[in-house]
Amino acid sequence: MGKTLAEKLIGEHAGKDVSAGEITLASVSVALTQDGTGPLAVKQLQKLGLEKVANPDKTVLFLDHSAPASRKELANDHMTLRKFAEKTGAQLSDVGNGVCHTVVNEDYVSPGDLLIGADSHTCTGGALCAFSTGMGSTDVAIGMALGKTWLRVPETIRVNVTGKFPPGVYPKDLILHLIGMIGADGATYKALEFGGPAIDKLEMEGRFTLSNMAVEAGAKAGLIASDNITREYLKRMGRGGEWREIKPDPDAVYERVIDIDVSQLVPTVAYPHTVDNTRTIDEAVKDHVKIDQCYLGTCTNSRVSDWAIVARMVKGRKIAPGMRFIACPGSRKVQEDLVKLGYLQTLIEFGAMIIPPGCGPCVGVHGGILGDGERVVASQNRNFQGRMGNPEGFIYLASPATVAATAIKGELADPREFASTLRSLGTVPMPHAPKKKAAKKKKAKKTARKKAKKTVKKAAKKKTAKKKAVKKTAKKKTAKKKKAAKKR
Amino acid sequence: MLIKGKAHKFGDGISTDHIAPGRLFHLRSNLPELAKHVLEDADPEFPNKVQEGDFVVGGKNFGQGSSREHAPTIIKLAGVGAVMAKSFARIFFRNSINVGLPVLICDTDKINPGDELEVDLTGGVVRDLTNGETLTFSPLPDVMIKILNDGGLAAHIQKYGDFNLD
Ligand code: SF4
Repeated sequence: MGKTLAEKLIGEHAGKDVSAGEITLASVSVALTQDGTGPLAVKQLQKLGLEKVANPDKTVLFLDHSAPASRKELANDHMTLRKFAEKTGAQLSDVGNGVCHTVVNEDYVSPGDLLIGADSHTCTGGALCAFSTGMGSTDVAIGMALGKTWLRVPETIRVNVTGKFPPGVYPKDLILHLIGMIGADGATYKALEFGGPAIDKLEMEGRFTLSNMAVEAGAKAGLIASDNITREYLKRMGRGGEWREIKPDPDAVYERVIDIDVSQLVPTVAYPHTVDNTRTIDEAVKDHVKIDQCYLGTCTNSRVSDWAIVARMVKGRKIAPGMRFIACPGSRKVQEDLVKLGYLQTLIEFGAMIIPPGCGPCVGVHGGILGDGERVVASQNRNFQGRMGNPEGFIYLASPATVAATAIKGELADPREFASTLRSLGTVPMPHAPKKKAAKKKKAKKTARKKAKKTVKKAAKKKTAKKKAVKKTAKKKTAKKKKAAKKR
Repeated sequence: MLIKGKAHKFGDGISTDHIAPGRLFHLRSNLPELAKHVLEDADPEFPNKVQEGDFVVGGKNFGQGSSREHAPTIIKLAGVGAVMAKSFARIFFRNSINVGLPVLICDTDKINPGDELEVDLTGGVVRDLTNGETLTFSPLPDVMIKILNDGGLAAHIQKYGDFNLD
């Protein structure tokens, strides 16, 4: 019987054939925690006398939720994690390096991996065709220390996506539409598997947005097959060698198949206070929702392509009077690219405030907390009551393009009104461009070759020297023998 | 095992942001203090009202959102005997078992706020002593029963030095 991606991936780590519904132990390839969940994980390991990690190179502790620390208690939590990293050899991604899910996929996750993380959006790694799922601190602590975890193999809902994204409609709109359709618990305990011609063409950045929000439908994972686009991405991240192709079997058994034609979609917004409370932008515009703050950031939508979309829309314009716009690059790598591409400059000139890579206001810990009754439109994944630090605030979720349109107009706005400045998918300049990399690589290859030649010469010299030495000792030996013979 | 207490009712979609809000992030390494705010964003009076052995009764998708294990931990620290709901979010459910908090899936529509309940954990029934209803709840998977009986995941690992789930 054919296998879904979830069954294939978990099976590889269980070391046996598995099917949906089965419970199994599985080996962990990558484990992550962050500053909100990590200290409790460390405490559990200390209590157990298990202060070690099975795989230090692939255990990553992120300081991103309160970055830089907003209170002494959190600064102390950071110290706990830094010490643990030092003690165990685990990797530390310190303050300013970016959001865990953005960074872990840039630097650590590859197709076929099993990633567990003490953060619910760990499912983002499903876009690289790794079985990636969020768990609590204790589960991840044990997974880090023992290098394994237990899992129930989930049933899979296949989402077949066809058609072409119309101008102004992005992967964020697709995932909001899906969650609105199946509900915030529509995929509880299940894996979502995204596929079909529209996904085959979708660049990695958009795939991350889809997988990231799988958990907002209750899913355990949001998986996408590994193909050439995956390979290109890994190459850009300098990890091309880690690529391999993984696809679900054509006769895989799905619990349910959902077909979506993206050509029919329009920009979509989730109203407060649940992610499945979605409306089309046409309905939203009629509501004249006045917005106080815009937020471009988070593990959902703050990669270079998101900024590219916003930058083109806001270039040469000014932010609406009375509006605040907070923008937060997803990672240091993203930030470097934004500087190179000029997008930071464009956003600053438009009137945005730029904050350091990390979670920013997403989780209500610091920076950008709403006043009573205020409304924010954010490119993030969650709008629960109190999420951004004030239960009296109202959070609307949308694509970066809708955030930009709203920042210009002052109320929830349709990005399609700015048709001439809309970027369609796939036209975003890709940073860490293979060109530059290739050039660098060529250089590196040249120098490497030169070095190699030199070392070859050196080695040759050494060899001849050795030969000479051997001859010498041989001569000496024979001389000695002769001497000995004479003595006898 | 029998637990007796009062029902505190909540609606659908109670998130971990309601239970342990991000604005109190700095209290995460001080759980007894954080427990004084448990569920206050859903019902500001709850932390004062809740008594040892009481029940949190939710609707659909209880515990959705963030993976913070602090959420079930402070519900337990507040003295709650069990959480029952029509359905649970996956990570919250697993975390609850890991921290030794019983979570029961049953038709909570039949329970009214303030009802006296008696829960028979091994027998799989909830008796509403106020209105006389008897509700059954779905049994946990064997793996989870084992972890719960050992007192949570950390205690399980302490006992065996490894996973011992068969
Ligand atoms: S950006 Fe928001 S959703 Fe993403 S990891 Fe940080 S707090 Fe969680």
